[in-house]
Amino acid sequence: MADAVRAEGLVKIYKSRSGEVRALHGLDLTVEEGTVVGLLGPNGAGKTTTIKVLTTLLTPDAGSATVMGADVLAAPKDVKRRIGVSGQYAAVDEYLTGFENLDMVGRLYHLGAERSRTRARDLLDQFGLTDAADRPVKGYSGGMRRRLDLAGALIAQPPMLFLDEPTTGLDPRSRLGMWEVITDLVGGGTTLLLTTQYLEEADQLADRIAVIDHGRVIAEGTSDTLKSQVGGERVEVVVAHDADVGRAREVLSGVGIGEAVVENRSRRVTVPVSGGASVLVEAVRRLDGAGVTVSDLSLRRPTLDDVFLSLTGRAAEESDDTGAAEREVTWVGKDVP
Amino acid sequence: MSGIRQAIGDAATVTRRNLIKIKRVPDLLVFTTLSPIMFVLLFAYVFAGAIGTQNTGVDYKEFLVAGIFAQTVVFGSTFSGISLAEDLQKGFVDRFRTLPMAPSAMLFGRTASDVVNNVISLVVMGLTGLVVGWRIRSSLVEALAGALLLLLFAYALSWVMAYVGLVVRTPEVVNNASFIVIFPLTFVANTFVDSTTLPGPLETLANWNPVSAVTQSARELFGNTNPAFPPPDAWPLQNPELYTLIWIAIILAIFIPLSIRQYQRTTSR
Repeated sequence: MADAVRAEGLVKIYKSRSGEVRALHGLDLTVEEGTVVGLLGPNGAGKTTTIKVLTTLLTPDAGSATVMGADVLAAPKDVKRRIGVSGQYAAVDEYLTGFENLDMVGRLYHLGAERSRTRARDLLDQFGLTDAADRPVKGYSGGMRRRLDLAGALIAQPPMLFLDEPTTGLDPRSRLGMWEVITDLVGGGTTLLLTTQYLEEADQLADRIAVIDHGRVIAEGTSDTLKSQVGGERVEVVVAHDADVGRAREVLSGVGIGEAVVENRSRRVTVPVSGGASVLVEAVRRLDGAGVTVSDLSLRRPTLDDVFLSLTGRAAEESDDTGAAEREVTWVGKDVP
Repeated sequence: MSGIRQAIGDAATVTRRNLIKIKRVPDLLVFTTLSPIMFVLLFAYVFAGAIGTQNTGVDYKEFLVAGIFAQTVVFGSTFSGISLAEDLQKGFVDRFRTLPMAPSAMLFGRTASDVVNNVISLVVMGLTGLVVGWRIRSSLVEALAGALLLLLFAYALSWVMAYVGLVVRTPEVVNNASFIVIFPLTFVANTFVDSTTLPGPLETLANWNPVSAVTQSARELFGNTNPAFPPPDAWPLQNPELYTLIWIAIILAIFIPLSIRQYQRTTSR
């Protein structure tokens, strides 16, 4: 199968008064046609910069990239004709109605007046925005804006789609709605590169996941490969006394499928497990038997932090150099929860 | 050729988007039109007595209105910069830049819709002027030529401000920064006072200030000059229409390509 995206050795350095920041540090990435790739990483890892380079918004300082066969640097206009982009913050015009927004984007893709109107109405229907179609976007909820923004990216039916953190900042219900929309979409064969900070989201939506850290891809594979590396659910225990931390670790390593990890400051011990709730019960029994007083106990799915812990041996962090810069570069003053 | 047709179509689409905003946010229009009314009234009734007495035989209101026309269109041009900085902040420039549209369209669309803003301000100001006693004493054709020259000058300044907006990126900063330039530009001129009353170097500055030439052109074309009070003997004010057109051409030749290049390199932060 042909490659929809091929990026090799991308480097992007931001220069500011306080010095240089390497946002991309030799990033390689391939997306096969017809597949969904999730770019997973913490704030400041270089996700948005990657998307900006691939969508022709930023010129890389080194490296090369092609999107749908067109060179990002040599033929940006050919790239733009073949892609749809929906950014981290819905770029829809507040004063226009939902219909006017889509109609405008359609015309700017040069679909012509009639086709733009038809596509706009169809997409509003498809995304459940028919009732709000003729109201100014000012009154839309966050989820509605995101759906409208996504609809804008789809209006010309591009074969390749880029979604930068499509659900960041949405409440859980809107997030589920967005997932459904995206799942339907890729069912139709659209190639998709999406970025996310949530392992669960990458797992839900992507065929392959690329984990990105400090401007480089540090792991790449199917979500199953990644999960087998990371393990499934976690039992997480907070013990009441500092003295019990060591014993709790021993006990939990016994019930888990990997080494238990201790976070001393919060007296938190975490271990990957398989077997769900029955393991939780077993853990409680054994902790009780060992005389450990527990102040909190839970079973949870792995997070980005767990991925980073197992891949790099440290937690995901907004690194002091790249992190600060990329946050500044993506959007001033609005931090992602 | 289809490239040019497409670029014009794209600019028209962007212009329409900007005009819809004027329609949806009427407050914006109210304030753009209120401020020129305020200026006409303020100068006509507060300063007229003090300034008018120095030039006996000259009606200050006749002198003043062309100056306010010029001042208003100059101030109006900041709107182009502020709006672009806003679009940049909201990620709109990013969105447009990922579309296969002409890179010039966003800027031509912005400056075009700001012409509509300026036409509205000019009409409102003209009506207010008529109320306070100003009159057009030339022909209709000359008066229209005067309005057209004011609009062209404002259009050129819109491109300067568009560039500023893309470089400065913060709407509030564009607003404050442009005031520092625009206030002296419109006051060290023959807009509100006779430039011969200014001290030496300022008088020279005022005589060569393009805002003075625009104002003098408007006065001539609206028939508000007074033979008893001829313009200063400086070439720009003896040939104000030509001098203004030269400025317009120079500004457009520099700032259209400069702004488009800046737009193509700009992305949200």
